Amino acid sequence: MMSKLELKEDKMLEVQFVGDDDVLNHILDREGGAKIKKERAQLLVNTKKIVKKPEYDLEEDDQEVLKDQNYVEVLGHDVQESLKNGSTTDGGNKVYSFQNRKHPEKMAKLASELAKTPKKSVSSNLKSDPEVTIDIPQCSKGHSASDKVQLKSDLVEEYFEAHSSSKVLTSDRTLQKLKRAKLDQQTLRNLLSKVSPSFSAELKQLNQQYEQLFHKWMLQLHLGFNIVLYGLGSKRDLLERFRTTMLQDCIHVVINGFFPGISVKSILNSITEEVLDHMGTFRSVLDQLEWIINKFKEDSSLELFLLIHNLDSQMLRGDKSQQIIGQLSSLRNIYLIASIDHLNAPLMWDHAKQSLYNWLWYETTTYSHYTEETSYENSLLVKQSGSLPLSSLTHVLRSLTPNARGIFRLLIKYQLDNQDNPSYIGLSFQDFYQQCREAFLVNSDLTLRAQLTEFRDHKLIRTKKGTDGVEYLLIPVDNGTLTDFLEMEEEEF
Amino acid sequence: MATSSVSKGCFVFKPNLKKRKISVPVENYFSKGKNESEDSKLRFETYQLMWQQMQSETERLQEELNKNLFDSLIEFLQKSHYGFQKNSRDWGYQIKLREIPTAALVLGVNVTDHDLTFRSLTEVLQHSVTPYVVSLQAKDCPDMKHFLQKLASQLVDCNVDVQSKEKESVQVTQKRIHYSMDSLSTWYMNVTQKTNPKMPRKKRTSSQWQSPPVVLILKDMESFATKVLQDFIIISSQHLHEFPLILIFGIATSPVVIHRLLPHAVSSLLCIELFQSLSCKEHLTTVLDKLLLTTQFPFKLSEKVLQILTNIFLYHDFSIQNFIKGLQLSLLEHYYSQPLSVLCCNLPEAKRRINFLSDNQCENIRRLSSFRRYVENQASEKQVALLTNERFLKEETQSLLENLHVYHTHYFLILRCLHQFTSSLPKYPLGRQIRELYCTCLEKNIWDSDEYASALQLLRMLAKDELMTMLQKCFKVFKSSSEKQLGNTEKRIEEFLAQFQSLDEAKEEEDTPESQSKGLQKTDLYHLQKSLLEMKELRRASKRQTKFEVLREQVVSFIDSLVREYLLPPETQPLHEVLYFSAAHTLRQHLNAAPRIALHTALNNPYYYLKNEALRSEEGCIPNVAPDICIAYKLHLECSRLINLVDWSEAFATVVTAAEKVDANSVTSEERNEIIHARFIRAVSELELLGFIKPTKQKTDHVARLTWGGC
Repeated sequence: MMSKLELKEDKMLEVQFVGDDDVLNHILDREGGAKIKKERAQLLVNTKKIVKKPEYDLEEDDQEVLKDQNYVEVLGHDVQESLKNGSTTDGGNKVYSFQNRKHPEKMAKLASELAKTPKKSVSSNLKSDPEVTIDIPQCSKGHSASDKVQLKSDLVEEYFEAHSSSKVLTSDRTLQKLKRAKLDQQTLRNLLSKVSPSFSAELKQLNQQYEQLFHKWMLQLHLGFNIVLYGLGSKRDLLERFRTTMLQDCIHVVINGFFPGISVKSILNSITEEVLDHMGTFRSVLDQLEWIINKFKEDSSLELFLLIHNLDSQMLRGDKSQQIIGQLSSLRNIYLIASIDHLNAPLMWDHAKQSLYNWLWYETTTYSHYTEETSYENSLLVKQSGSLPLSSLTHVLRSLTPNARGIFRLLIKYQLDNQDNPSYIGLSFQDFYQQCREAFLVNSDLTLRAQLTEFRDHKLIRTKKGTDGVEYLLIPVDNGTLTDFLEMEEEEF
Repeated sequence: MATSSVSKGCFVFKPNLKKRKISVPVENYFSKGKNESEDSKLRFETYQLMWQQMQSETERLQEELNKNLFDSLIEFLQKSHYGFQKNSRDWGYQIKLREIPTAALVLGVNVTDHDLTFRSLTEVLQHSVTPYVVSLQAKDCPDMKHFLQKLASQLVDCNVDVQSKEKESVQVTQKRIHYSMDSLSTWYMNVTQKTNPKMPRKKRTSSQWQSPPVVLILKDMESFATKVLQDFIIISSQHLHEFPLILIFGIATSPVVIHRLLPHAVSSLLCIELFQSLSCKEHLTTVLDKLLLTTQFPFKLSEKVLQILTNIFLYHDFSIQNFIKGLQLSLLEHYYSQPLSVLCCNLPEAKRRINFLSDNQCENIRRLSSFRRYVENQASEKQVALLTNERFLKEETQSLLENLHVYHTHYFLILRCLHQFTSSLPKYPLGRQIRELYCTCLEKNIWDSDEYASALQLLRMLAKDELMTMLQKCFKVFKSSSEKQLGNTEKRIEEFLAQFQSLDEAKEEEDTPESQSKGLQKTDLYHLQKSLLEMKELRRASKRQTKFEVLREQVVSFIDSLVREYLLPPETQPLHEVLYFSAAHTLRQHLNAAPRIALHTALNNPYYYLKNEALRSEEGCIPNVAPDICIAYKLHLECSRLINLVDWSEAFATVVTAAEKVDANSVTSEERNEIIHARFIRAVSELELLGFIKPTKQKTDHVARLTWGGC
């Protein structure tokens, strides 16, 4: 598998990205001999014909008519299908397809078997194998060797099928083995700055299109609506431009929902303290909200614009937060313009909240990168969520005494020695004390406890009570980082 | 000042006071947005005027519709409180005294409209029953303590309203006191004794109440914690003799929920009476009737827009408020986007405005497709005049606009008339509601539709009394309308009615001799059969000629001719664009958006947004030059529940390197790989932000997929 990865330059030229359908057709052609297969092939063709894509070059009006008809029909059948364009109409169930992953070798066998005995495919999903579809890049990479042939309409069933077995068959390769596995934020940014942006002309055009709406937004905000922006791409820049062009003479609050420390409390605080110049404190958030509402109701000349980037962020998506922001936004002289990005963001709002918000939806697909939004996040490959990256580990350790560092190193070593032991729960305090004494690191169990408290405060260790009541110590950092850390330590000394 | 920081999430911007004073009037935003800002100021003013009128009309309607409900509620409150006042020794009253009078108000699932209802209910109650009206919501009362606290503080507030406002400072300190039912009842005693002597002077309307009851409205009964509710009911029933409480439950689902929430022991302490509010569908019908099916407001919706608004109502929320919001938006959009909407006002004003139209606006009129069609049908000299002479054009526009208004008056009369005929037919071929009929009529020539044909067929089979009631209803419709333009029709209907009446008498005379002459003859079997056959044939032949049937046929064809004459779809009328809002597409985008689909389209088919030929692809494929996130997304679709990051990143690298081929020579391959890896990281973290994947601990370096099935 690895040898295939090192593709030669000339081979790369042929790489072409092919979607589900072509793969389907390809497989179906090969297996056309079997009768049942043939029927299914026809069926597939039929569905394809039915959901024919509307021409994109249609006149604007025609397209609108088409969409409208579509909409009415769709609503009539009470099925929320796609309305936007053809590709989504037919894209739906095809694109979100999924299949049980089997091991490639097994899959090859299975596929050849199935070619002879097609009956089997009725009950189980048919898989293609890498050899059959050798000219398709994903398949030859072994990344996704399978493609769904059977378009089962009952997706619910498939979902449970996929989730029924706890075992998931994917390759066992880990990022550890790749040298460039994890990057820190800074290098990531440096690297990305070298990438030349593509389609800048088109993106600019898109943005200009949205900028023309600024005046309309202001109008609609003033008339009691609130505006929510959705669509792929960061809407931060767009909102920022809106702010700088339209809101210079108004009081406004910009709220970065993606900021990990944001809370409704802090939003309300900035309104009471900085906008309304109130110095008192409040017993609860609800009291504070009530106070703000009264203030705004009393003074109708007071106007406030709230710009919320990522209203659907982790910190703000809670029911209570949404309720409070909704109540704020329902005030006549508070204008809210917000952006949402998460796929399921609209689920935050029930009917009551939606009527509080009184949204007007605007689609602003910008394709801009979520640079700011993801920089806070414990992104997958940037740093593992919940664990300390190497740099912070060394940073903390450097501030400790040599003895304390020795204690910690002992624990690391013990943990690494036991890394293959699946039932390892940690080092018991007594054993640890014994080891530390032997290494002349502590002289009493009180000093060790004092040390441990310091570690715990820095979130370097975690203690857990075992079933026998003994305290076990564990470093909540993945082993790879620990190994790296030890290596670094050794280099230094 | 920057709006990004690692230590802060909120940034307040306060321009200095001097600048803030010059606030931009709203209409400036209205005019600035578009290039063609003809008469924008006037348009905006017209919008505001129109919207105000519509809003006050809807409020009035709401009030009217709720009146019945409120009246019966008040009656109930008075009746149930009577016992408390009377302090009767009657055994029945003694029993009743232990029960808390409760009104269960079934309001329906349109939760968003409830607030408005409760607000007006509170007002009405405060005005006519008791000053002590408290309404609580479930979210304010997680436990008994908060429940009582809220109740007490609101009660004190009510009291402040009744008395002078001087106590306000005291009130703040009171908030911290821990309330109990005891304290509430002593408070009540104090208040009633104190205010009673003052009452006759101050509030004459409620003075007949010796001790006004305390009405507690639980807005969303279903979402209250059962325990809180049960405890409160048990406790307050103990105190009922000194604290006359009346409960009103707001119920969105069904009255059964009371018994589900409260065990028998508790619900037996309540004396429940059920009240049903008007169904939201009827409400919608009235709103439509009074706002759209009338000549009062010149603004009209096209078929698609109306369809969308009613569909959102029927399939999404049943909320009148949302419907009105949609109406407001369409009104705004209409005035905002159509420069000629300046003429969308009442007729005399519009005629006046036509005289002041600028040259540009005249050009706009000429550009209207309906006007062009109209011009084409004119004689050639007139055509030239219309296209070149501004004054002539204005005069013509005036008359056309007037025609349009006349058309509407006729249209709605005939529509109602037709609705009277079709609404009670079996199977409702043209719909039960007038809005369905209206939609069909707006869409096309209704007489071309099959439904209309079958409706006429059914009309031809109606019995006389049914037909007569329909005719009478129609007659009433014509009578009630203030315009007398269709007086002729009215007369015709009257004539028909008279003819039916006279038919009654004539028929009786006709029938008697015939049956007598035939029934009494004595014959043998053969002759009997023969005469029966003859009679049958005779009847069949004569059936066609019955006077009633002839008359019925006449009525039906009369209706048909009316429909064909007056129910022309608005598209056929010149200048209909001025009054009809038809941008259904925009309306739907803003009201009933589909963010998931937008996201999916952007990821799956970037060409839809970025009109670059390089992105053009066949269905299901994606070109390798597409934005990174699209490629990563497409690759992740191939995976099942878990995705191996290494495999994913390599697949990504393959695709991307293939695309980059040409300009790759400049950088070394190692650096290029680094960059590609960085791009992959960015794409993956963006997908995580969008909610397609999430990190998982199940397996090292794997992420879990979160989307399944169609979107």
